[in-house]
This record gives sequence, structure tokens and C-alpha cells, in this order.
Amino acid sequence: MFSNFDFDIIVRSLPYLFYDGMTFTLTLTALATLGGIVFGTALALMRLSGLAPLSILAAGYVNLMRSVPLVLMIFWFYFLVPYLGQWLTASSQPIRVGPFTSSLVTFMVFEAAYFCEIMRAGIQSIPRGQVWAAQALGMRYPTTMLYIVLPQAFRNMVPVLLTQTIILFQDTSLVYVLSITDFLGAASKIAQRDGRLVEMYLFAALVYFAISLFASHCVRLLQRRVAIVR
Amino acid sequence: MNYHWNWGIFWQISPDASHTYLQTLLLGTAWTLTTAFAAWVLALTFGSLVGVIRTTPHPWLVRVGNAYVELFRNVPLLVQMFLWYFVLPELVPRGFGTWLKQLPDASFYTAVVALGFYTSARVAEQVRAGITSLASGQRLAALALGLTLPQAYRYVLLPMAYRIVLPPLTSEFLNVIKNSAVALTIGLMELTARARSMQEFSFQVFEAFTAATFIYIAINIVVTFAMRRTERRVAVPGYIGMAPPATAE
Repeated sequence: MFSNFDFDIIVRSLPYLFYDGMTFTLTLTALATLGGIVFGTALALMRLSGLAPLSILAAGYVNLMRSVPLVLMIFWFYFLVPYLGQWLTASSQPIRVGPFTSSLVTFMVFEAAYFCEIMRAGIQSIPRGQVWAAQALGMRYPTTMLYIVLPQAFRNMVPVLLTQTIILFQDTSLVYVLSITDFLGAASKIAQRDGRLVEMYLFAALVYFAISLFASHCVRLLQRRVAIVR
Repeated sequence: MNYHWNWGIFWQISPDASHTYLQTLLLGTAWTLTTAFAAWVLALTFGSLVGVIRTTPHPWLVRVGNAYVELFRNVPLLVQMFLWYFVLPELVPRGFGTWLKQLPDASFYTAVVALGFYTSARVAEQVRAGITSLASGQRLAALALGLTLPQAYRYVLLPMAYRIVLPPLTSEFLNVIKNSAVALTIGLMELTARARSMQEFSFQVFEAFTAATFIYIAINIVVTFAMRRTERRVAVPGYIGMAPPATAE
């Protein structure tokens, strides 16, 4: 079964896998998480605002993003981003967009919907008295949100946000459909070049497994530490 | 935008020479739904089994269940698909491996198995959560009445647990439908793959993806609506605020 298992191919391709592939995957995960949280928090505030058009718009956006597969969204944005860029920069041609930018936009926009729901739950978990107290102290809406509600909501939701980040980390493997050299893409390219599918895919699975398991273990530890004692 | 819109494209004959593009999309929808349903049956069966053994009083069974869930949850679905499709036939005895590779619709069976096991880990989490949310007196009372452990699960714990976890199970079902799109990487011609090939042959990118998006939204609405009705019907009376509405996750 493992008699002609070639460990050497894994060792030889380690620099390519990690330097080219994993760097892409981790950078994409980190930036998409940051963008997703910022954009998602804005969406959550829109959804919870008293202004009907804003909350309907945000709810529609979130529901749209959550009813379509990520793969379809990756394709959508791969073709849409050049046109969006053209529109934003008012140029006469659709602009050229690299694979990294395209997938970063996709993941930010897509994950924002999921981060929105997490932040919404976080904001809703804050007792209403906090908002009233802030208003009684003369704070306006932006100050209340920025200094009173969001810091607490964020702290309450840190474990869930990080869990979503682990899911995002696994989901970035789907950029494979655009033939991008992320970690899985790199493994797949070597696998197909050398005809070593078994070794490369098993190794890729092992690496994803180890990282996700370690990360979720850390999240559990963190969860115990940051929990606010009430 | 200098994009050439052509919504009439859906009624043109696709390169397979017998169907219009719209028909190819609908065929893709049928594959998406078939894959999702088959995978869901598998996921529900194995998920329930693993969820149950994680709540039994046998430590080693619990450990096996936990390991199962961690294994299938911490590897990306795409990688799992590749493992089932490319790696498994190489690791089994040669004859069996060749048979697997030559199977007609191999990508469909692989997609069902991969998606089924991937989702079963999530279902197991939900089922376990449902069982542990029950008051421990229910299990004790069942055992005190002389039911065996399997009987206690069959007649007391599981009927309650399923009713409680129906809303999260609905989101998992919606996830299975969406995740079936990943199977396009192993060549399953489901909805997203059909939209992609329509885009490649006709160059009408945005029409193809718009149509696929609308079909996914329609499926989502139908499933959510049907499950809301079921949830209301089976909601356990006396629990706080009934079950929260199902949301896709």
C-alpha cells in the first residue's frame, strides 16, 4: 500500500509548498478576515439601525451571500472585479486584476456576510442599559458604538470570530478553481507534474488538519481566558 | 461598461447540440439536488450514529466519536474530495482501485461520499448538542424504567433531540446544497459547473452566473420555507421562544 510511497518528493517540494503556497493562503486568510470583520461590522450596524432602507439593504446582502456557494462567488468576482475596477477608476477598458486581488475581494465580500451575523449577535448580547447609560452621559451614536458597544461585542465574540477565521482558512483552498498557487494549488501542481497525487494530497490534508486542529485548540484555551465573568 | 448583454442566450442551443443553455442549467440543478440529497442521507445516518456514541457512558466510544469529528472537520472539503477521488483508488488493492476508477459517474459517487462524511461530522456535533441539552433526568428515568441503553436512545432521547436540533440541521442541509458546488473540481456537472461551461462556450459570463445565482436563491427559499413549517409543527412545547429561525451558516 505504501511500498512506493515517495517521501522525498514532499521534502523536495517543501520550499515551494510553504514559501509560495502557504504564504499566499495565510496572507489571504489574514487580510480577508480583517476586511471581512470591518465590512461585516458595518453591515451589522446597518442591519441593527432603525433606518428601514439600511437594514433591508444589509439583510438582503447577507441573505444573498449566504444562499450561494462560495465557488460560484469566486467565479462571479473573478469576472466582475475587472469591470468594477473600470467603473471605479473611470477608465475605458476593464482593468487587469491579479489573482490575489480578485480572490481577496471575493473573500472579504463573501465572509463579511458571515462576520456580520457574528457581530450582530455580539452587539445584541450587550444589555440595553449600556446604550442608555451612554446616551444619558451625552454620547452620540458613533461615540456610543465605538467606545461602549463594539469593544464589548467584539470581546464577547472573539472566539466565534476566530472559529470563523479557521473556516475561512479552510475555504481559501477553493481558489484552486482559478488555478491559483495557494497551498493546495502548489501541492496539486507538483502532484500533477510528477504524477505523485497520493503523496501530495495526503500531505496537504495532513498540513491543513494540523493547522486547523492547533488553531481550534488555541481558540478553546482563549475562550476560557477572555470569557467575561458576570 | 462595454459588456455585451444578451439575455436571449438561454434559448440558444448549447454545444451538446440537443439542449438549450437553460436546459443545461436545469440539468445541473438536478445533479446538484441529487448529490445534496444523497449526501444528506449519508450525513444524517453517520452523523446521528457518531453523535449518539459521543454521548454514551463508554469513554473509548466517546473518544472514537471525537476523533471522527475532528478528522472530518479540520480538513477542507476540497482536499477531502481529492482524497476520495484521486488517493483512495491508489491505496486499495489494485483490482478494486481499477474498478473504482472505471465506475460510470465516478465523480457523482465520490462527491456524495465526500460531502456525506464531511457533513456527518457537523451533524454529529448538532445531534450531540441536542442530546446533551436534554435534562439528565430523562436518561436516568428511561434507564430506571428498565429500558436498555439503545432503547433509551430510540424511544426517549433521540425523538426529543431531533426536534430540538431541527433548525441547525436545516442550515446544515442548506450547506450541503451549497457545498455540492465544490464537486465541480472532480468533474461533476452540477449547477455551478454548468454555469461555468456556459460562460466558457458563450462568453456570456454575467448572464450565466446570474441565472445560477437565482436558482440557488430559489432552492434556498423553498427549503427554508418548507423547513420553517416543519419546525413549527414539531417544536417542543414549553421550550423558550420555540426554535430560533434557521439560518444558513
